[in-house]
Amino acid sequence: MSAVIGIAFGNTSSSIAVANVDGKVDVIANPDGDRAISSTLSYVGEDEYHGNQALSQLVRNPDSTIINFRDFVGLSYSEIDAETSNHSALPIDINGQIGYQINDKKITIDEVVKRNLKQVKLAAEDYIGKPIEGVVLTVPTNFTDAQNSSLKKISNDAGLKVLQLISEPSAALLAHLSADEERFQKDKLYVVADFGGIRSDAAVIAVRSGILTVLATAHDLGLGGEKLDDALAEFFAKEFEKKYKSNPRNNRKAMAKLKAACIITKKTLSNVQSSTISIDSLSDGYDFHSTINRLRYELVTRDVLSKMAAFTEIVVKKAGLETIDIDEVLLAGGVSHTPKLASNIQFLFPESTVVIAPSLDTKVIDPSELLCRGAALQASMIETFDDSEIEEAFKPHIVNTQHIQKPIGVRSVDGSFIEILPKETAYPIRKTVLLKGKGDVLIEVYEGDRTVKETTIEPEKQSGDEDDEEEYSDEEPETIREVVYVPGEKLADLALKGANGEVEVILDINKDGKLTVSGRSGDVTVKGSI
Amino acid sequence: MSAVLPSLPSGFSGEFKGHKKITTPLRRPVEPVGRYFLAHASRTIRGHTWSEYEKTAAEKNVTKVQESDQDDEFEQNQSEELLSHDPRDWKTADLYAVLGLTKYRYRATEDQIRRAHRKAVLKHHPDKKGESGGLDQDGFFKIIQKAYETLLDPVKRRQFDSVDEEADVAAPAAKGKYDFFEAWKPFFDSEARFSNKKPVPELGDINSSQKEVDAFYSFWYNFDSWRSFEFLDEDVPDDTANRDHKRYIERKNVAARKKKKTEDNKRLIELVKRASSEDPRIKLFKEAEKKEKERKKWEREAGSRKAAEEAAAKKAAEEKAKAEAEEQAKNLKESSKKAKEAAKNAKKKNKRVVRNSVKDVNYFGQSDKAEIIDADVDLLIESFDDMKLSSVVSKLNGVTDPEVVKATFIDVAKEIVDAGKLPASSLKFFQN
Repeated sequence: MSAVIGIAFGNTSSSIAVANVDGKVDVIANPDGDRAISSTLSYVGEDEYHGNQALSQLVRNPDSTIINFRDFVGLSYSEIDAETSNHSALPIDINGQIGYQINDKKITIDEVVKRNLKQVKLAAEDYIGKPIEGVVLTVPTNFTDAQNSSLKKISNDAGLKVLQLISEPSAALLAHLSADEERFQKDKLYVVADFGGIRSDAAVIAVRSGILTVLATAHDLGLGGEKLDDALAEFFAKEFEKKYKSNPRNNRKAMAKLKAACIITKKTLSNVQSSTISIDSLSDGYDFHSTINRLRYELVTRDVLSKMAAFTEIVVKKAGLETIDIDEVLLAGGVSHTPKLASNIQFLFPESTVVIAPSLDTKVIDPSELLCRGAALQASMIETFDDSEIEEAFKPHIVNTQHIQKPIGVRSVDGSFIEILPKETAYPIRKTVLLKGKGDVLIEVYEGDRTVKETTIEPEKQSGDEDDEEEYSDEEPETIREVVYVPGEKLADLALKGANGEVEVILDINKDGKLTVSGRSGDVTVKGSI
Repeated sequence: MSAVLPSLPSGFSGEFKGHKKITTPLRRPVEPVGRYFLAHASRTIRGHTWSEYEKTAAEKNVTKVQESDQDDEFEQNQSEELLSHDPRDWKTADLYAVLGLTKYRYRATEDQIRRAHRKAVLKHHPDKKGESGGLDQDGFFKIIQKAYETLLDPVKRRQFDSVDEEADVAAPAAKGKYDFFEAWKPFFDSEARFSNKKPVPELGDINSSQKEVDAFYSFWYNFDSWRSFEFLDEDVPDDTANRDHKRYIERKNVAARKKKKTEDNKRLIELVKRASSEDPRIKLFKEAEKKEKERKKWEREAGSRKAAEEAAAKKAAEEKAKAEAEEQAKNLKESSKKAKEAAKNAKKKNKRVVRNSVKDVNYFGQSDKAEIIDADVDLLIESFDDMKLSSVVSKLNGVTDPEVVKATFIDVAKEIVDAGKLPASSLKFFQN
């Protein structure tokens, strides 16, 4: 097992993964057995708690428990909204830096992050059995360069040598694509939506010949799983109040207890149809016990879930596309386990778009592990390179490449456009397709123009049964919209004489944008460039 | 793709026609992740074209396949004797030979054991033997299973490795003639497998430093071995029949293990002792040490010698300096004496000049008063100091006019009297 790991360091939880020799990825559990390790630090007396142990301290020692600090990395106190969390230690100003007041000591954000990473490192080293040599960390796409370099520095201080920082959506997509080699070969447009604990991020990513390009990103820093917990807690608080005439909302400890229990209930409801909640001595000495089914839960959290679904649509608009352009929606983050969220998103997108979520397909990778798996894969891939090679590979002249803005393809005999290079393909690129053609054929290279084809499907007439009078008006004709590319401007003609039935057409764009078209059939080869 | 290309329209001349450049591209950062990006990066860095890149990638793939496809990894043909080994006595069989792993023995990896077992099973499974040999031909298969069980369990495998004599390398025969390093290296390499501490220091060669050699022997003298002898235990009967007997056998086994372990440790220490006594490097170090000692002694003595020499030289120099100083003092004395005498002579001469000056002018023509004048002159000369004397002499020298001489004397006398060196009454002639 290699000693390079991938870490997904999130606001709510961090996870670690390592790639095996055979390309399989193991997600590492910490000594408590948690694979999603809470990014939480808690100080009780002289002791430091980390992970879910620290999280449980939120009930008893909320003022010395630090949560949701990832987004503060590399920022100064004036840049943040210090009132973000009202049930844990609040950030304070330490000479302009963000910090926390824990008991009598002041601790800066850098130190908090460093300790968190150190704990994560310990867990990984316990599992692998040798010191960690390098790490790939995931960062949100809206992290500034200053935040990135700050995180790098902290991580190096914690003893984790950062090989690369990769963006969260590309890590998730990398993990998804690597699960099946064929997925890399297909040129598709993805929406990667990451619903975390306190924030949501989405990105539109084009996969072209295995190369990923982010077309747009969107962030919502208030929308996350915590909102679901809050809604559920509010629901139970109401029920409790009605039953016992005691208001738990006035009691900070009671609310912390209720919230902790709601998190468990929420997670349970992602898997089963109904769940119980039971809290000893919630408020005024009353014990609370109740059950909730999934339908009720979905009603309670309807606002939040529909906001989340709408969020995926926002990012598509930002990219200047429509939902019908998107081939797949990849859901990441803990909230993606929620079945209702997946079905809401599927409802927004056309039926041809595949939504990748555990509730719709049980074979997919656990959405809360996507990020660290991607990071681990990337780590194992760049492990063999030495530092200078890695640095060289990430230089702007290699990362920044030209992308064609219109698809390029050939026209078939019936006038339709055969796409060879879809739009947003980065070049230099070479791609080969196999077409049919006999005798002397003409290869016409066109740029494609986007059109939307609308087909209307008439509802099937119900056979005249006794239910005729109960027919509803929702049997309206259904319109299916889909994107179709038609030949636009002609780029080139290439004549190929004596084709033997199969013609191989090769499109090659070099780094200066020169397009070379070649056709080959049997031993006849023709070629021309613009 | 099943799309059909249109046929060439008549009147199409030439082969290729470019109509338009592609629409202005957009420069965007690609995500630096994944295999395909790394391929893109390496192409860009090395400036490969597509075909060059595909070629190198293809070469890489081929070597990978060859590496993993080794057919002669495990021996296929076990000896007749092993094949007919009694499965009840499986402990006495060579378990590595059973799986065809004699090349590797304790070096075999878990993966190799699994693969070797798979191959052996494919060949020796009773289902395959049934036709040729009848149903009771599964003896060897039972041994294969036992071997697999034993070698895959790390604890049991150590127990077997402990008593795997085939893997042992005998130490070179005592008093034989051999190259020390060639003869002992295989022995130490094979014994090293029992070490709890890793890495085990290498025997090295004739050029190893003393530190390395010392570390090597101290490692072997304090060898921490996991070798144990459970594998040779007598089978313990279950206690349904006789509990006392069972306990007796158990005690016997423990004692036997202990004894064997002690013997093994003793054997190893003896051999290490022998090796160190034969080690040419240790001899070299001893010689070097001896030489060093001698050199040091010589150096130490050289030190005291030098001190004595220095003391003698110092003494001589001091004496010389003393003699020189004395000489100088003497010379100085002499020269001052001479100077004094010269001064005295000069003084005498000057005095004579003064005295004669009056005589030369015939006592100013008053020869009758010669005695008085002489007495006065004498008195004056006595009262002169050296300076005065010489100034008077300079005034009188070569003067022949009696009046001038007289005036000079009168001036001088006045000066002397005024200075209070002579009472005015004492002078008889040069008064006024």
